[in-house]
Amino acid sequence: MKNPIIEIKNLSKTFKSTNGEFQALDNINLEILEGEIFGIIGMSGAGKSTLVRCINFLEKPTQGTVFFDGNDLSRLTKKELYKIRQSMGMIFQQFNLLMQRDVIGNICFPLEIAGVDKKSARKRAHELLELVGISEKADSYPAQLSGGQCQRVAIARALATNPKVLLCDEATSALDPATTQGVLTLLKDINKRLGITIVVITHEMRVIQDICNRVAIIDHSRIAEVGDVEQIFSNPKTAAAKRLVFPQDQSIRHFSGTRCIRIVFDGNSSFEPVIAGMVLDFRQPVNILFADTKNIDGKAFGQLVIQLPQDDDIANGMIEYLRAKNLMVEEVEGYV
Amino acid sequence: MFEPQIISMIGWGFLETLYMTLVSTFVAYILGLPLGIALVVTDKDGIYPKKYFNMVLGVIINLLRSVPFLILLILVFPITRFVVGTTIGSNATVVPLVIAAAPFIARLVESSLKEVDSGVIEAAESMGASPAQIIWKVMLPEARPSLILGSAIAVTTILSYSAMAGIVAGGGLGDIAIRYGLHRYETDIMIVSVAILVIIVQVLQEIGMRLAKIGDKRK
Ligand SMILES: Nc1ncnc2c1ncn2[C@@H]1O[C@H](COP(=O)(O)OP(=O)(O)O)[C@@H](O)[C@H]1O
Ligand SMILES: [Mg+2]
Repeated sequence: MKNPIIEIKNLSKTFKSTNGEFQALDNINLEILEGEIFGIIGMSGAGKSTLVRCINFLEKPTQGTVFFDGNDLSRLTKKELYKIRQSMGMIFQQFNLLMQRDVIGNICFPLEIAGVDKKSARKRAHELLELVGISEKADSYPAQLSGGQCQRVAIARALATNPKVLLCDEATSALDPATTQGVLTLLKDINKRLGITIVVITHEMRVIQDICNRVAIIDHSRIAEVGDVEQIFSNPKTAAAKRLVFPQDQSIRHFSGTRCIRIVFDGNSSFEPVIAGMVLDFRQPVNILFADTKNIDGKAFGQLVIQLPQDDDIANGMIEYLRAKNLMVEEVEGYV
Repeated sequence: MFEPQIISMIGWGFLETLYMTLVSTFVAYILGLPLGIALVVTDKDGIYPKKYFNMVLGVIINLLRSVPFLILLILVFPITRFVVGTTIGSNATVVPLVIAAAPFIARLVESSLKEVDSGVIEAAESMGASPAQIIWKVMLPEARPSLILGSAIAVTTILSYSAMAGIVAGGGLGDIAIRYGLHRYETDIMIVSVAILVIIVQVLQEIGMRLAKIGDKRK
């Protein structure tokens, strides 16, 4: 089993202001594993940004702590904290680039902070620019770039010091769908190529479904549910999770379908949360009865048995959907 | 039109005015810039909050700023005499100009630095930048165009203050305008002096605007 790189322990954060106190985080416990893409999703105001800011101690928790790579962040001196933040990159909804520096200057910035000499910094900056695919923009200024290009620069900048973790706070929320797709693909690629752990904060289900392995649902300052993306999407248990997966339909469904199917992954399809995508498309939950799947080099192996919704049209539609994804699907009997 | 010695007097006055203005601006920035940085950094939303320090600093700056310049000019005579040895002439005027301009500049710098996007500062913090690094590498460079514009405002304000010092024989064009226009009713000399003051203000303002624009990469 993989080791946790981030452990959030009994973490609470209360903001004090003149008109009283506000508890933005209430006893949060989470483990984020090395190399995974971990999603944190919740409605606006749920406490997502506060939580991610607590992970690198930009915000000091009122209670509890965060362990990063074995270090208790609450026990570090300021200097040690500055140092350790160099192993945690961060990107933002508004990109937050230095407007008076060109693209290369922006990527060199964290390296200057870390005390890397100018020449090696520039060399590294050019490599990173290549990695994020906008080498031709080296001498441009952020004001001359599109949103997607800005976010690529921000990603390159966040990766400059070779961090172990990349924190993304609504990194695609200011981008249009096509650009979002490009940035998400880049994040997935970086995760695979560099093995970097990525924490994705978002309010959009699509983002989670696209790139995350596991997800935590945060609702009113608390973690409502944590688990594999497939499992949570296909069968959200808490009201908060149901609200996110099925925003239109607030009523709690009674699951009464009787048809079951077996889906076989034989390594011919890439590993992606197909069930989650299907649930989102059909806006109907399914019930995972049995799951044994593995992600080997990005390919999916194993099998799944799911219980389909009652409505035959939807059930048939789902079977079509899965077959269109080149999966082997067969109906099975006797499961329910 | 004017006799040669009048022309040379006005020429000398022009140089004195420039001298007082530029030296005072320079020294006032040496004091005002760090004070302005301190105001922003120690603010409750700043990168190094220090509540009481910030309050005390704010009060001192407001006190200094609320004293009208002409009164300040006279109030600081003892200090001026101690530093320069006299209270008349352009060297003497530099002292009250600096004392009046430094808190004004601190506020100008403060407002320029507050324009810097807090998100950019947050990004720098997330990379492990220390407060000193954030000041030097983020706040000052990002605020550069606004700081330059602010310095154009500062220099023109100091110029008009320097002219007021003419009342107490502070040297420069203001001194000439008051001596000839007010005391001897030689209005033409006063008008020429004032016209030159107006032109200096225009030129300095224009230089400031251009410099600010040239350095700004946001467009
Ligand atoms: N510095 C702060 N002072 C007071 N309240 C805050 C502060 N930061 C966030 N909050 C409050 O905490 C709640 C959660 O905010 P945030 O973490 O930004 O939510 P999200 O990112 O999920 O939209 C909000 O109600 C917000 O008003
Ligand atoms: Mg947020």
